[in-house]
Amino acid sequence: MTTGKPRLDREAVAARAARELPDGAVVNLGIGIPTLASQFVPAEKQVLFHSENGVLRFGPLAGPGEQDEDLINASLQFLVPVPGMSFFDSVAAFEMIRGGHVDIAILGALQVSERGDLANWRLPTRAVGNIGGAMDLVAGAKRIVVAMEHTDNDDHPKVLSDCTYPVTGRQCVSLIITDIAVIEVMDGGTRGRLQPKGLLLREVAPGWTVEEIQALTGARLHVASDLREIQL
Amino acid sequence: MPRSKLFSSASDAVADVPNGASIAVSSFAGPGGMPHFLLLALWEQGARDLTLIANTGGLTMVSGLGSPGGKKLIDQSILVESGRVKKAIACYPVYPRPSIVTPLEQAVRDGSVEMELVPMGTLVERMRAAGAGIPAFFTPTGVGTEVERGKEKRVFDGREHLMERALHADYAFVRAWKADTMGNVVYRQSSRAFGPVMLACARVAIVEVDDVVEPGDLAPDMIVTPALYVDRIVVRPKDGALITAEGFRQRAPRM
Repeated sequence: MTTGKPRLDREAVAARAARELPDGAVVNLGIGIPTLASQFVPAEKQVLFHSENGVLRFGPLAGPGEQDEDLINASLQFLVPVPGMSFFDSVAAFEMIRGGHVDIAILGALQVSERGDLANWRLPTRAVGNIGGAMDLVAGAKRIVVAMEHTDNDDHPKVLSDCTYPVTGRQCVSLIITDIAVIEVMDGGTRGRLQPKGLLLREVAPGWTVEEIQALTGARLHVASDLREIQL
Repeated sequence: MPRSKLFSSASDAVADVPNGASIAVSSFAGPGGMPHFLLLALWEQGARDLTLIANTGGLTMVSGLGSPGGKKLIDQSILVESGRVKKAIACYPVYPRPSIVTPLEQAVRDGSVEMELVPMGTLVERMRAAGAGIPAFFTPTGVGTEVERGKEKRVFDGREHLMERALHADYAFVRAWKADTMGNVVYRQSSRAFGPVMLACARVAIVEVDDVVEPGDLAPDMIVTPALYVDRIVVRPKDGALITAEGFRQRAPRM
């Protein structure tokens, strides 16, 4: 039984995800764990966070006394003014996304398939879902990284051979970061240009074995020759 | 002297909204950019069978989401819960977690509101196309998903795209920061969002602003929405008690 083993908390998953952000990148963060990643970018890196409501470049979040209803990001976090920040409308925000001007999007997921299909907009048990900007991001951002819990609330795998929930996009995810593993979709994220070659387990959370992670995964994992522990 | 588009009240500005009208409502999600007084005036006016076009289905009134201090202010939910809406076109219609059920989610479950769910980039581009005289366009967004159902597909540069149609609105209710009396508009910080494109796609474009000034008071370099896109201007009253969820409930107990 692996369920009781300690997993990374949400902040640690976000911190690992933040390590995927190179200096100078334009980055969009989805709601949930990804939102937390903005707080884990080291000071020496300049990352330009982009938001669908029309904000480019934000950093620290506003404290309780300084919240401004006219200074938020798409996750409805309150921002503070920073030098170099700009505002535009949502038409421009999505021109930036579809036009290939956003380098990386880190998104939450309900399910990810071994081909890098992403499902993150509707639970089948719910009458209505929220697409938001996710379908545009998976169609337009250059690289899609998923940050999520490895299993759902009932401990069912979220990494599967095929998504059973309605998908957000096909063959769009390159990397999956969870609370127990970092998994690469081999030749993933090309949206059909290359055929994805399956999942490669690259990193494991402290104390976790390959077999334990495989047991909580609904698709076959190949194991990297240089498999290592997740570094934060 | 240029003709003024300033109306004396939100009620005057929405008086001619007929039953069956489509209304684009600005605000990304929270109270920023939300045309509270136009929504309240339309609720009082009583028009029915409305089509709402908005990013969300109204999240702030039930959750305080995006509101400083979590304060709950009215939003388009007041039209949904009073049965005035027959259709909603939105991107992020319901609360992120199923634990909070908004009036729109309840209405969709009950079958009283028809829901058209649209990816956000596609929704704003459909409005942009309407305002720009483009009847349809192709986008890669939504390929391989439920969104592609019933839509023409074409391959450009080796990649599939969906044809999406322009989306006009009969009215736009847009909250902005300042306007001059001719209708030149500026927005405040991140609340620009859906405002400019909604004004451009509507047959009757109404802005609700914090302040109205004389032509010449706004620097031409800074104007975001030029005057020709705006038909009516209303100024927000300084007293905000009317637009709190609590204040609204005292006038209109939950049905």
